[in-house]
Amino acid sequence: MAGIKAKASVGRRGFLGAVATAGAATTLPATGAEPLPKRAAALPTHQQLAAETQPPKAMAAGAQQCGADFMVDVMRSVNIDYVASNPGSSFRALQESVINYAGNTRPEFLTCLHEESSVALAHGYAKVSGKPIAIFAHSTVGLQHASMALYNAWCDRAPVIAVLGNITDGAKRRPGVEWLHTAQDPAAIVRDFVKWDDQPGSLQHFAESFVRAYKLSLSPPMAPVVIVADGDLQEEPIHDRASLSIPKYVATAPPQGDAGAVREAARLLAAAERPVIVADRCARTHEGMGLLVALAESLNAPVIDQANRMNFPNTHPLSQNARARRLIEEADVILALEVNDVWGLINEYIDNEERTTFSKIKPETKVISITAMETYLKSNYQDFQRFAAVDVSIAGDAQATLPALTEAVKRALTARGKSRAAARLEEMRKAHEATRQRALTDATYAWDASPISTARLAAELGDVLKGEDWALVSPDNFISGWARRLWAFDKPYQYIGTAGGQGVGYGIAAAVGAALAHKPHGRLAVNIQTDGDLMYAPGAIWTAMHHKIPLLSVMHNNRAYHQETMHIQRMANRRDRGIDRAHIGTIIDHPAIDYAMLAKSMGMWAEGPITDPKDLGPALKRALAVVKSGGAALLDVVTQPR
Amino acid sequence: MALRSFALVLCLAPLAVATGAKADVTQGRALYIKVGCYQCHGTEGQGGVAGPRLAPAPMAWEAFAQYVHNTTDAMPPYRESVLPGTELKLIHDFLLSIPPPPNVDDIPLLRALKKRPAP
Repeated sequence: MAGIKAKASVGRRGFLGAVATAGAATTLPATGAEPLPKRAAALPTHQQLAAETQPPKAMAAGAQQCGADFMVDVMRSVNIDYVASNPGSSFRALQESVINYAGNTRPEFLTCLHEESSVALAHGYAKVSGKPIAIFAHSTVGLQHASMALYNAWCDRAPVIAVLGNITDGAKRRPGVEWLHTAQDPAAIVRDFVKWDDQPGSLQHFAESFVRAYKLSLSPPMAPVVIVADGDLQEEPIHDRASLSIPKYVATAPPQGDAGAVREAARLLAAAERPVIVADRCARTHEGMGLLVALAESLNAPVIDQANRMNFPNTHPLSQNARARRLIEEADVILALEVNDVWGLINEYIDNEERTTFSKIKPETKVISITAMETYLKSNYQDFQRFAAVDVSIAGDAQATLPALTEAVKRALTARGKSRAAARLEEMRKAHEATRQRALTDATYAWDASPISTARLAAELGDVLKGEDWALVSPDNFISGWARRLWAFDKPYQYIGTAGGQGVGYGIAAAVGAALAHKPHGRLAVNIQTDGDLMYAPGAIWTAMHHKIPLLSVMHNNRAYHQETMHIQRMANRRDRGIDRAHIGTIIDHPAIDYAMLAKSMGMWAEGPITDPKDLGPALKRALAVVKSGGAALLDVVTQPR
Repeated sequence: MALRSFALVLCLAPLAVATGAKADVTQGRALYIKVGCYQCHGTEGQGGVAGPRLAPAPMAWEAFAQYVHNTTDAMPPYRESVLPGTELKLIHDFLLSIPPPPNVDDIPLLRALKKRPAP
């Protein structure tokens, strides 16, 4: 790396220092001088504009590749299609290489207005496309903004590659900002919730670490990773490109469960009278859904989809989500596939004055767990949930283990077992249909209410989506699961689950990222957007517009952090201190936020607030027309709390 | 949702009020909102993921009062000291006043779903 060089060579810091000095000289009044005229900002001089926008001659003269160009080559080698980022000087060379050296394609720079949105966008994208994109951020201020979203991605087992700009060598840092934007150990603040991080000391080291990071992020359990890109490494010319090599990326075959343990699990399942399959983050790829269907059909066992992925089609007669409680209570064998909270699955917890817990399952019930998390835990953050003792514990990726398990089940089924399985199917069909009819009846309650019922919201939205190739890119748990109760989810890309860590600020940006991944397939991305979440990082609306990402967002606007309202109510009740002030600190009202105006301010088509349910259907049709023409739309709907 | 604006929206909603006790029902509805029942059970007592349906046909008054004041289930108890029986009775009257919903067959959107899933 070059040091701070002589005046003849305009080095990185010398260039910026000159610009900063020039700016200060022309925009700040000298002591005792007349104040600046009252206008928005002093216009830059011609020289200033040139200094801000054009490279100094000494740099422009060199067509030589710089380190950042090589870093982009490394990213291209593993098909990083996008970089989501809020711009920052510590990775300015990387950004310039993306937009000029790479021509802003593969990767394309996606302008985000907050690092939290950068990561959430990457998170949503990864869950649809199955592969990570990169985010760029400052190692200090950028990563601190990004950290919560990385935690969400960690909890949600989603791959994200965070590339951090950092100026390692203190003797070369520009005074001021580069010290503020550098850390000795940048990844320290997120190390508890990323899978791996490294701070490469050379370009060759960068190439090897980046490919390693990419590989690790995609190996189950998938997770975010961090690579620190040193500023000088980015900016210095490459003197011997031929000496650098990029390792070949070969995907890691996901770990399958031990064959003996799989046979034992199959034996238990095949012999069970009332087996139940529970899937959480089981379907890691689009093939996962079909594999789970094959297993379930081999037993005609009911499936409870905890819906952090699109595990199982809700149109299938074995889809029995609504009967989860009863099925778990009656089960003699429970198979948990990538279920993060097995304890919560088989135990009840009542959050009342006396915090009581009790087992939901019978003493003789056998529990089988298959998860890649079995051998991969960290200590500090407690997202791994309470320890659950199970009867067969299989360390391995559930999806990768499903084919062997299904075959083992088929082999283990006796004639009696097959007969039992056949008999179960009819029971499941009847229960499935009864559940469906009950959902329709339940939806009639408060049908004409204002604020609009969440069932009505889902029904009206589902109606306009008829015939479309749609995908829901947000969770629906905040609207009482009405989308999954009323719509037919039968394609593996139609649902991507929740934020993971329940960190607010995920929704709109993840939806934009997911919509971006759906775009080349021509799918209609639909986002049911909660109000509190939107206000954490509404700038993602602008990102969608700027990058022309079609997305239909429909607000579930209950004008509150409603979950928290209920918690405060619970505390007030518990303490007998009055129960009519739970709205203090939990409402988003007075004034009510005009989300349509907010979206319009960033160029998005928007309408609302809609309070009369009769207005909802026509407004949705107008919004849909906008999205089908390639635009993005937001419809603000004032809704019931849940 | 703020109580004032929430109440305003509710005023615009079709109220199902028993004609003989309109004032009490209106008062009961206001209390239902004020003390936060709507948070889990919805403004029409329709229920949702956070709380079961309360209306129409709520449980009998005696059982209702006993439950609300003393429950040890997931719902926190609203004790007599913070929600006197007289006020709770008004809430119960409001819940009693809520009429049955329309049938699925009377709602074209839902009727269509009987035959095929949507979308």
